[in-house]
Amino acid sequence: MTGPTARYVEQVMGMPISLALRGRHTDDTAARSAWAEAIDVLREADRVFSTYRADSFVSRLNRGEIDLADCPPEVAEVLGLGALAEQQSGGAFAVRRDGVLDPSGVVKGWAVERAAAALHALDGTDSCLSAGGDLLCRTADPDGAPWRIGIEDPRDPGRVLAVVPVRDGAVATSGTAHRGQHLVDARTGRAPEGIASVTVLADSLTWADIDATAAYAQGQGAPAWLATRPGRTGLVVWADGSTSTVTGDLSEAWTTLAG
Amino acid sequence: MKKIVLWLMSTTTVLVLLFGYHTSTSSTNTASADSAVVAPVGDSTTGSTAASDDASASSATYTGDSADTRWGPVQVEITVAGGTVTDVSVIDYPSGNGKDQQINARALPVLVQETLDAQSADIDMVSGATVTSEGYLESLQSALDEAGL
Repeated sequence: MTGPTARYVEQVMGMPISLALRGRHTDDTAARSAWAEAIDVLREADRVFSTYRADSFVSRLNRGEIDLADCPPEVAEVLGLGALAEQQSGGAFAVRRDGVLDPSGVVKGWAVERAAAALHALDGTDSCLSAGGDLLCRTADPDGAPWRIGIEDPRDPGRVLAVVPVRDGAVATSGTAHRGQHLVDARTGRAPEGIASVTVLADSLTWADIDATAAYAQGQGAPAWLATRPGRTGLVVWADGSTSTVTGDLSEAWTTLAG
Repeated sequence: MKKIVLWLMSTTTVLVLLFGYHTSTSSTNTASADSAVVAPVGDSTTGSTAASDDASASSATYTGDSADTRWGPVQVEITVAGGTVTDVSVIDYPSGNGKDQQINARALPVLVQETLDAQSADIDMVSGATVTSEGYLESLQSALDEAGL
């Protein structure tokens, strides 16, 4: 084992940001300044992208007060990611709704991935950074003890349905367990039926997060679509409690397990 | 074919190159320096431009090199009208279908099909539907953070 795990929590972007560190730098100056740096990255992303802040670049873009050229380049980068996601999900995922630009479906994973860079720079240190349940893991030793990630039961968020060992990679979950019905299929504007949550594992949190949302929006089509995604594996939990797993290497293979 | 229409009241076309976190800064420079004023590109966006009833809007084209990402070269085009992003298209992107040869399957996290009770599971973090700051206090993750294990 790698010694005790240090934990940090802070509220940013209206959600809890949790960090676990273990290894060489867990509670020293280097660790604390890396954590501060990571939080700064997230706060900055919030200032740029938040649709809840009237003064964010995205809000000002939406009001037509500024042009894309007036925005930091990250705005175009995120919108581009959203465009790719829309294309690749057949339109189920979108960064616009009712004519309003809302890239929040892209921003979280993207921002956490950027924020984690400061943590990855800590030598000899394993990190696991979570933003409201979407997380990115890294172990200093590629063969070291993996982080053990519980996948929450959407019907009983105090329980986990499965545990996934992750050394270097991302886990993102979309669902409505905590925030009510806020995810819709962009093609219909309606919430998908029969689906409770989608968890996606990938090497990138940006894409794990996007794909979890895009798959969720597709409702019954979630497992089949996820199976087409390169390098992703996942777990779909249905409203009735049954689950489907998606394994990346067996193209259309997904099996339904008893709930 | 790769065009994605996010909004269709566009009159002005802006080409933006982007992608790849490492290129963020340089793409800004590209955008502001070269952006200025080039006629709308005459490819797939022409249709919507021509169809628009506002032909007098000024146009600006942002161009840049295709950016290398871990998935391959990516180039995106963004259309702006009246300061609002009205359309985003992907000009170049490696095939998103099928298996990406670049991906090393061994390095990927893989789902383990085991079902465990939270009580018995030795877990470090929890992935779940987005927890709000309010909801966090009741969440399993908060218990883990609290426990400091």
